Amino acid sequence: MELDQALQTFIMESRELLEAMEESLLGLESEPDDRDAIGAIFRAAHTIKGSGGLFGLDGIVAFTHVVENVLDRVRNNEVPINADLIALLLSCRDHIGMLVEQIAADSAAKPDHETETTGIMLLNQLKSYQAGTQEQSPLPAITSSQTKPQSQTAVVAQSGGTVENDNWHISLRFSHDVLRNGMDPLAFIRYLDNMGDIVHIVTLPDAMPFATDMDPESCYLGFEIDFHGENVDKATIEGVFEFVREDCSLRILPPHSRIEEYTQLIDELPEDKIRLGDLLVNCGALTWNELDEALRLQSLNAEFGCDASASRDSGNLGQILVEQNMVQPELVDAALGKQKLAKENKVQESKLIRIQADKLDQLINLVGEMVIAGAATSLLAQRTRDPALHESTSTLSRLVEEIRDSALQLRMVQIGETFSRFNRVVRDVSKEIGKDIGLAISGAETELDKSVVEKIGDPLMHLVRNSMDHGIEKSEIRLQRGKPAKGTLHLNAYHESGSIVVEVGDDGGGLNRARILAKALEKGLVTANQTLSDQEVYGLIFEAGFSTAEAVTNLSGRGVGMDVVRRNIEALRGTVEIDSREGVGTTVKIRLPLTLAIIDGFLLGVGSASYVVPLDMVMECIELSEAERQETRESNYINLRGTVLPFIRLRDQFREQGKAGRRENIVVVQYVGQMAGLVVDELMGEFQTVIKPLGKLFGNLKGISGSTILGSGEVALILDVPALIQRAVNKEAQQLAYSQTK
Amino acid sequence: MTISIESSNGVCHARVTGEMTIYHAAEMKGELLPCLDYGTEVEIDLSEVSEIDTAGFQLLLLTKREAAKVGKSLRLVAHSPATLEVLDLFNMASYFGDPVMMPRAAH
Repeated sequence: MELDQALQTFIMESRELLEAMEESLLGLESEPDDRDAIGAIFRAAHTIKGSGGLFGLDGIVAFTHVVENVLDRVRNNEVPINADLIALLLSCRDHIGMLVEQIAADSAAKPDHETETTGIMLLNQLKSYQAGTQEQSPLPAITSSQTKPQSQTAVVAQSGGTVENDNWHISLRFSHDVLRNGMDPLAFIRYLDNMGDIVHIVTLPDAMPFATDMDPESCYLGFEIDFHGENVDKATIEGVFEFVREDCSLRILPPHSRIEEYTQLIDELPEDKIRLGDLLVNCGALTWNELDEALRLQSLNAEFGCDASASRDSGNLGQILVEQNMVQPELVDAALGKQKLAKENKVQESKLIRIQADKLDQLINLVGEMVIAGAATSLLAQRTRDPALHESTSTLSRLVEEIRDSALQLRMVQIGETFSRFNRVVRDVSKEIGKDIGLAISGAETELDKSVVEKIGDPLMHLVRNSMDHGIEKSEIRLQRGKPAKGTLHLNAYHESGSIVVEVGDDGGGLNRARILAKALEKGLVTANQTLSDQEVYGLIFEAGFSTAEAVTNLSGRGVGMDVVRRNIEALRGTVEIDSREGVGTTVKIRLPLTLAIIDGFLLGVGSASYVVPLDMVMECIELSEAERQETRESNYINLRGTVLPFIRLRDQFREQGKAGRRENIVVVQYVGQMAGLVVDELMGEFQTVIKPLGKLFGNLKGISGSTILGSGEVALILDVPALIQRAVNKEAQQLAYSQTK
Repeated sequence: MTISIESSNGVCHARVTGEMTIYHAAEMKGELLPCLDYGTEVEIDLSEVSEIDTAGFQLLLLTKREAAKVGKSLRLVAHSPATLEVLDLFNMASYFGDPVMMPRAAH
């Protein structure tokens, strides 16, 4: 077993568990009685502690142990859940996260001073939720903090029949395969030693066969352990061995068990009875007298054939254990619950596999190359005019298309995970700035490319913080304006014509149009005689330099670093727009392409060059008739079924040489509700486009967003439709203004 | 892991270097057991054992047991910290009966 790899798995799992823990904790704030959530939080802490112990991460184990204890008390209704406790537990979660991240950075790292101080502070705070608060043990000391009420562990004593020993007795027999399965019994015993005190341990090599038969990779050892721990219960001990559950037989007798139970233990163990008796006395579990009593009982049982062994055949071991006062009923329930849970987890696991992201990226790259090679093959097939070959290549390209889609699908993730991270942000920030703000999430199941998701987090964070800081008013003002005291922040996502739209909305004061305009005039961003739509005015807040703090406090403050947000989004080939109504609220819409790798494109020819437009943006294609050509020679718009359609001649735009074809076509493209036409020579149809980024040198080119390779090996440029539309619309407006002034 | 074996005057000296772990278990078994044939006394030097796990420990147990069976004496000497820790954790120092440097306080 690769330890490094296992540790990576641990770190990854811990992150997931911590995330689940946070989610459940936040859920508890609104529904403090949610038993499932409490259970989930407890299990998360428990699993992190358990796995941490396996790797000897003592820092994590010690801290999480205390957290787990408090959670256990919450679970048992011994401690009421309230906002303070939730806040404390959230901080604890963060601290565990910090510890895990430090391990991730350097597995041998010790927590730095700051982290350690935080840990001790949190442990001190947790103390008040633990039982036996009067204890003032130096922290962090897990064994001395009495977190369990005695009644939990103490088994009802029966006079005469119980043993004097107040230690737990653990019988362990490992299966032969345990070493081969990558588990080392040593590690578990070390871990047990961490949980309390191993009073005595006897190692049993009895099962080891003759030298010739002995397989050095099998484990033949068994252990009898007397164990003492201040705040352990049966579940804790079982938890230690959870990871070898299937590779060992484990019998646990609580302190002061009845002699009969030892009898039964002796019965069940594979070793010789007398030797076992000696062993139990040796490790201090029984006294000689008790052993005699046990052996006497055993012979009685054998004679009458009654009691445990007989009734065990009936199958319901759990019930018998309870009847015999061996375990408390709730322990059995807990164990059963755990088994069920483990089973469910297994089912889940088999449905999901983990893949390294770079392997996936490589696959996508290969699919991209395949798409290009496939296009070349189809082109060659077309030239041969061999119908059979033609048919087979078309089947092939259909399959390639499907493979492309499924490969891209692999990278699609739901945006919900990104959204739900903001639960915590909204909660913390609203506390910090003293406003009452709730978060509403919709469209969480909307999927988008993983690479996009990773990059959208920061801009979103900025927008959310901005909305909370400056958008939503304080409660008093909200009430004055007749709005509910509690502000709402809305995160929404949906698909729209090949892009995904992410909205950050608030029901705050909205933007003040007049003030933004005044500010923009002052900064020289606009001139006084420009007529601007609302959207254009609001868009000004994304301009660099618009956002000096003192300038914007009065205009509800928006604009702090908004230019950075826009830059980040534009880097993803996306756009951002803002919609606002004064007094009602503001919504920022981020529009992003679904994927950054392969798209369905529409191939156009202008002169000798080819261009690609994303197919999702193409509305229709119309022919530009000779009459219309004459008519539009001067103007840049046509009448499309009664509406004005501005257009751009790509031939002029890209200074294409050569004479125009006899016929010209207009491709009508749409983006964000605006339409424009592109005048081209030739329509060449659908084309699977593998997007290749342009070099740095071409970074500033307007109107081009990337390049792709055609089947013939030629390069085609991908048109940046939003920029072209903007250009067409602006040009038209300018001409209009010009002709008016004339 | 390497085991160097020298035998003189009926005493076999074996010296284990490196990891006594599951990865080398089969190899170790093949080298440790024959030591019993090289002399009436066998001494295994553990000073260079960097790591030992249950599989490695089990082989020491096996060798000890086999030695006892054929009436030869097996001594473990110069325990490295790693081997001491395991002997201590499994509470098996007395089973081997060898003097060790830092015995755990008796229970």
